[in-house]
Amino acid sequence: MFEVFGIPSQALFGQLLIGLINGSFYALLSLGLAVIFGMLNIINFAHGAQYMLGAFAAFFLLQYAGLNYWFALVVAPIVVGAVGVVIERLFLQWLYKLDHLYGLLLTFGLALVIEGTFRNFFGSSGLPYSVPDALRGGQNLGFMFLPNYRAWVIAFSLVVCLGTWFLIERTRLGAYLRAATENPTLVRAFGINVPRMITLTYGFGVGLAALAGVMAAPIYNVSPQMGADLIIVVFAVVVIGGMGSIMGAIVTGFGLGVIEGLTKVFFPEASNTVIFVIMAIVLLVRPAGLFGRRV
Amino acid sequence: MATAAPGIMATGGAARAGMERSEIVAFVLMLAVLIVAPNVVYPLFVMQVLCFAIFACAFNLLIGYVGLLSFGHALYFGWASYVSAHLAKVGAIGIPYWAGGWHWFVIPLPPMPPEIAILGGTLTAAVLGLIAGALAIRRQGIYFAMITLALAQMMYFFAIQAPFTHGEDGIQGVPRGVMFGLFDLRDETTMYAVVLAIFVACFLLIYRIIHSPFGEVIKAIRENETRAISLGYKTDRYKLMTFVLSAALTGVAGSTKAIVFQLASLTDVHWAMSGEVVLMTLIGGLGTIFGPVVGAFVIIAMQNYLSGFDQWVTVIQGAIFVACVMLFRRGVIGEFAHILRIKL
Repeated sequence: MFEVFGIPSQALFGQLLIGLINGSFYALLSLGLAVIFGMLNIINFAHGAQYMLGAFAAFFLLQYAGLNYWFALVVAPIVVGAVGVVIERLFLQWLYKLDHLYGLLLTFGLALVIEGTFRNFFGSSGLPYSVPDALRGGQNLGFMFLPNYRAWVIAFSLVVCLGTWFLIERTRLGAYLRAATENPTLVRAFGINVPRMITLTYGFGVGLAALAGVMAAPIYNVSPQMGADLIIVVFAVVVIGGMGSIMGAIVTGFGLGVIEGLTKVFFPEASNTVIFVIMAIVLLVRPAGLFGRRV
Repeated sequence: MATAAPGIMATGGAARAGMERSEIVAFVLMLAVLIVAPNVVYPLFVMQVLCFAIFACAFNLLIGYVGLLSFGHALYFGWASYVSAHLAKVGAIGIPYWAGGWHWFVIPLPPMPPEIAILGGTLTAAVLGLIAGALAIRRQGIYFAMITLALAQMMYFFAIQAPFTHGEDGIQGVPRGVMFGLFDLRDETTMYAVVLAIFVACFLLIYRIIHSPFGEVIKAIRENETRAISLGYKTDRYKLMTFVLSAALTGVAGSTKAIVFQLASLTDVHWAMSGEVVLMTLIGGLGTIFGPVVGAFVIIAMQNYLSGFDQWVTVIQGAIFVACVMLFRRGVIGEFAHILRIKL
């Protein structure tokens, strides 16, 4: 045991770890929001609800189908992503020509419907979801105890984030996507099916949220409102980072998670609000966001 | 300030001078209904509708006439409600300061009469609106909505932590008191008359704002901000002023609600409340004068009469949101006015 600034190292690194975990979820969720916004010009207010759906999908798979965490990690994002595709086909596709605000209002309504329905059936208290066997236990690093599952969450979300970045910034598919974001009409003229690409992009973004939900299930309980408050923080993260850059969303997500964790150590009263305060400061200094382009 | 001749933007000069006939008829009708209503349904229910109608009208000023969607209006509603309840019940103001630890500098004031409490709540909302508005108008469109939501969430956490709000319990048992030393608000009829008067005053004020030269400018900003800038208007100032006006009027609604229901709680400042006022305005009709009033009535009535369905109310509200956005974006009053080709 040693101390840093009068704080026991155990507490400091413990909170740092929690900060990194939270940061993983901020990064995954803001990444999904950024991808969806880039293509659809819609802020997906249902993102929190879809994250919750991911966690519940994992819970159901284990409870009723006996499929474990590893299956859930693959199946849940696909299922919830498919729900996203349906939502896009049923509702969102009719709103692209209107003011962007209608997309926000629609997805807000959907979030109320989804979260309200789950609250009716599963109450407000959380349902437990146990850590997969392979990731039980932890490592004693000397200065702190690192649970295996938490290390996995941080590592895996980093891989997913960087994979998404690679997919969008470095592959041919990603190039189509970026081109369609810039000028959909021109890209259509080249014979690429832009509407289908938009649908799949929404499904992909929703799938990312669901993936985050599955990963969150063993850490936080599976509960109907697990996404409702989180999504507001993620909005602040998005405002701070600016939605122009994928890498920006990842860096801001992790960074803010760490800052939030550190605040819990040094100034616990402010830990709930620190991200919002940072948002206010960023708005004063760099209105377009840290990585954003002026809009 | 922009010095371009006011009224340049006004269309059809003479028609603007007074209320349109359809508006006068609707206004008289509304007033008649509101005077008769407490004899037919619970006065407390109508007062709730009126408070939320002020709230929705104030919100509509922003989204309907400047085109700015604030997703954090619960901030002004809730904090005005807290301040008003606190002033009416306790009065004493504590200011925290740092001297090697947090201390409270307490100004020992007695509990205030309701008019001061409402004024205090309104001023609080206006100041908060000035700060939040100045930050939020630095970004546009969808970001504006996210920023207002995030700032409101921040103040929600402050409301949980601040000692004077009493956290989960809220401020209960707020005395209604005697207004101007004349009107005893403990009497239900007097209370109703006062709330009705406040509502009518706010309603007419908003109507006046919308039809003033100032109102013409903000509508121009809604239609085409770049053009308004090129005409020499400092659009940010107009947006901020409207934001502050909207926040202050929301403050009136929140403060009055605290006095009427003798309660200020976390519900008032939660993001769900911000969503509710959006829904009220949307269902009534964005950018219509009477829409928000109808919307407030529909939602409050739904909450009261469907309260047996408990959580399903949220689901139904969500479904109405979806239905409004997909099927009738003009809202009830908007569709009505469109079919009859009148202004409402």
